Amino acid sequence: MWRRLSYESERVMKLGFKQGLNHGVPIAIGYFFVSFAFGLTGSVEGMDWWQTMLISMTNLTSAGQFAGMKIMLAGGSLVELALSQLVINLRYSLMAISLSQKTDAKFRGIYRWILGFGITDEIYGVAAGQKEEISRSYFFGLMTLPYFGWAFGTMAGGLLMRVVPNVVLQGMGIALYGMFIAIVVPKAKEDHHVLKVCLLAIVFSGMFTYVPILNKVSVGVSIIICGLGAAILGAVFFPIAPIDDGELPTVEDRETVMGGDQA
Amino acid sequence: MNINAFLLGLLVMSVVTYLVRAVPFGLMQKKITNRFFCSVLYYIPYTVLSAMTFPAILTSTSSLHASVCGMLVALLLAYKGKGLVRVAFSAALATLAMHVILTCIHEFL
Repeated sequence: MWRRLSYESERVMKLGFKQGLNHGVPIAIGYFFVSFAFGLTGSVEGMDWWQTMLISMTNLTSAGQFAGMKIMLAGGSLVELALSQLVINLRYSLMAISLSQKTDAKFRGIYRWILGFGITDEIYGVAAGQKEEISRSYFFGLMTLPYFGWAFGTMAGGLLMRVVPNVVLQGMGIALYGMFIAIVVPKAKEDHHVLKVCLLAIVFSGMFTYVPILNKVSVGVSIIICGLGAAILGAVFFPIAPIDDGELPTVEDRETVMGGDQA
Repeated sequence: MNINAFLLGLLVMSVVTYLVRAVPFGLMQKKITNRFFCSVLYYIPYTVLSAMTFPAILTSTSSLHASVCGMLVALLLAYKGKGLVRVAFSAALATLAMHVILTCIHEFL
């Protein structure tokens, strides 16, 4: 009887809203600090706190928002604004396609159109790292706290601009990159093909930064060329093992994403 | 900045960003079985994040030395398997500390 009960409770253990909320905590904390930097920068450059907060609430991107804000402040055209967002955020399309391969049967239709709003580098990274299929309730839980972290961090940064000493800002700018490193390095350590492909992407990215003419290419375009180019070369030279049921392999283990923060 | 211009810009930004995410997510209903595409999708999050991080991280603060210090701390902690927040926070603290040290050296020597 006991055996049977515990067996059944294990079977119904599916990733739901609560697990999603739980997995979103570290992302939310990270987002708070990163968007704090965004709100602060916005205030320094002449935006009101509610303007940067509105941008954060409707966009939920990092690089795209920074670029969009700069273009708006410089009085750029709407076409330029639209193109910049398209190019810088195009990586989300790739992540959306990747994630669409991992969702369960109920996560389709209108739910995809609503919850698709929450696809960001980190939310995607954590979702893609789950061994189980992604349910709509899990994904909704996962994006909830990061969304508020992002919005309120921006507000705090915008309001506290005059209080925070300039020197603190020096540490803020690097936080986002630290988070990216924490996603890539454990995977590169585990899979040397990922390491090689990432080093290739870095070499490309270095060329687009330092080589004359190439460094005229906008940041958004160069990220797509570098990221896509390196991934295609990776697929050609180190294709992953064929999958029988058409399911994507686990992109990363939850343990490696959460790491030491997981009790 | 003019409020109307801001709101119009905000609308354009958010609609484009939303469509970039939701259109592929909403329309992609079939499972991809092609090995090549699966491989590309497997590598892409890491290559994109790598390209976004390097070499941009070096100029993420006003001092190259402080940035390098933060980067090394992040790489070391990430290699040891620490979580997202701890890595990001430690990198920020290391950068800040290095910046303070450099400023002191500059001021007093």
